[in-house]
Amino acid sequence: MEFVVFVLASAMILVGAVGVIVRSHPVHAALSLILTLFGVAVLFVAQEAHFLAVVQVIVYAGAIVVLFLFVIMLLGVDRTEDITAEPFRIQRPLAAIVGVGVVGLVVASVVAARNALALRGDGLSIAEETGDHDSNIRQLARSIFGDYVVAFEITSVLLVVAVVGTVVLTRRMRSSDDSSTGSKAKGA
Amino acid sequence: MIASLTPTTTWYLVLAAVLFGIGTVGVLVRRNPLVMFMCIELMLNAVNLSFVALAKRLGDIGGQTTVFFVMVDAAAEVVVGLGIIVAIMRRRPGATADDISVLKG
Repeated sequence: MEFVVFVLASAMILVGAVGVIVRSHPVHAALSLILTLFGVAVLFVAQEAHFLAVVQVIVYAGAIVVLFLFVIMLLGVDRTEDITAEPFRIQRPLAAIVGVGVVGLVVASVVAARNALALRGDGLSIAEETGDHDSNIRQLARSIFGDYVVAFEITSVLLVVAVVGTVVLTRRMRSSDDSSTGSKAKGA
Repeated sequence: MIASLTPTTTWYLVLAAVLFGIGTVGVLVRRNPLVMFMCIELMLNAVNLSFVALAKRLGDIGGQTTVFFVMVDAAAEVVVGLGIIVAIMRRRPGATADDISVLKG
């Protein structure tokens, strides 16, 4: 059963990920990204990370992809990009080499270290074992608001800085013509 | 018989590595800044997946906490990045990553 879930979710993830990089239309790429994010959420559930699976669907698929789609629509860049054109002849072979190299190195180290992982920590509380269906969220909350509470508070500063920065970045600077007509209108 | 196989942590880590590799290739190959951002999201998700798999394997909730903070960072990063893209696209519509080679507007 777990095997079937894993295979189906990995198929979703890989199809979506390949879709993101081969689809020439940005909207199609965003929709492929949603497929990948849902597959990752399924695997989060399979790995006893129930709260993160919910956050994954709400924040990633719900907020971030919608933000992408909003920007695509706002900018009107929903044109098909010609991805057959290649500005640098050597770019794609090099990218393929880098990609295969990264995957190969990581897979080699993971496979080499597959027996080196020893169980430590207090253990993850698993709902089926504890009989408490909120045990994951309880344990996560104890971690975030206990051990990592300073990082959590600094996160709020990060979010405020990001919001203020974005407002400053995207604000339309009023040109001198606008301000002169504005003052004229005010005077009238 | 096949259905009785249980996926181990190694499977999850290999899947995460492949997802990360696809994201890397996407960032290197695509020239639309929006799609490059989506590929960065793919890479972040690959790392999240390996964190969650190792949290289960090592029995440590700290991995899941880290994923929580990575998600917050991803949201902040997307907001600022898309703001920059909107500002650039307003000045020169249809710009690709190749056109934006200097920091000066």
